[in-house]
Amino acid sequence: MTIAVVVFPGTNCEHDIVHALRLVGAEPEIVWHTETDLAGVAGAVLPGGFAHGDYVRTGAIARFSPVMTEIERLAASGTPILGICNGFQILCEAGLLPGALVANRDLKFICKPVHLRVESTDSILTSAATVGQVLRIPLNSYEGQFVATDIDTIEDADEVILRYCDPEGVTGTYSNPNGSTNAIAGITNAARNVAGLMPHPERASETILGSNDGMVMIESFVESVQRVRA
Amino acid sequence: MTTHTFRVTITRKEGLSDPEGTTARKALHDLGYSGVGDVSFGRIIAIEVEAENVASARSRVEEMCTKLLANPVIETFGIESLDVEDSAIESVT
Repeated sequence: MTIAVVVFPGTNCEHDIVHALRLVGAEPEIVWHTETDLAGVAGAVLPGGFAHGDYVRTGAIARFSPVMTEIERLAASGTPILGICNGFQILCEAGLLPGALVANRDLKFICKPVHLRVESTDSILTSAATVGQVLRIPLNSYEGQFVATDIDTIEDADEVILRYCDPEGVTGTYSNPNGSTNAIAGITNAARNVAGLMPHPERASETILGSNDGMVMIESFVESVQRVRA
Repeated sequence: MTTHTFRVTITRKEGLSDPEGTTARKALHDLGYSGVGDVSFGRIIAIEVEAENVASARSRVEEMCTKLLANPVIETFGIESLDVEDSAIESVT
């Protein structure tokens, strides 16, 4: 049960997610962005970083990397695909997830732990969590503000899976670090097999790192891969 | 084949957050400029294209904008020909 961890020129979080996936017994395999055959892959992760230097826009060039044809094929066939941070931006640029990520409200790079509230468990990223659960996960991005022109459609379809909140789970301006519309931190697609989030669950994979709250998401993803495979 | 030069202007769609524009507008108010409405920031890309004629060059630039240079989900773009004989501005959403 191979999970492809896709690496573009400039990706820098691949070893973190490989480590986190191994903690729950998964078999991740790092795949270079020029790969054109992902046959036999049961799931894929697009990790964080600065693919292709973030030139033009974050993810704008990466979405045309050769491997993306395979990612699009896998997504269409129901295979779980997860995008973290820069990977989330790439999935939005590719049209596999709705909306876009733009510069943070305060035009500053944000690197700090944030709180997230689970909004829906009907996704490959949150299936092992509970609705309302609050998770403390590191955020590390400049273009992290989620925007969309069709925000009501996204909300009505229950595609919002995570929102920024305070430690008690309450959303508001001060607990929304980057000004994301409706405090959206993570979303899924209509088919619910593609998900993306700006914070880094793989950086909250062990208590020695300050939090292991990210593991419920890693477990959700790996269980989803196993479920689809079975 | 001749070389045609264009200036592409990319701006955020109306209604979407533009913190840089909002902050600039406030600063202009603070500097005493009254009557300043929305201020929005964008990007300008200068691009040269070889083609049979300006119309064909422009349609290729339009395609490049839709595919890569702009994000149609959140941005609109305008294409301005910098060729001396054709300086009409065309806006495409």
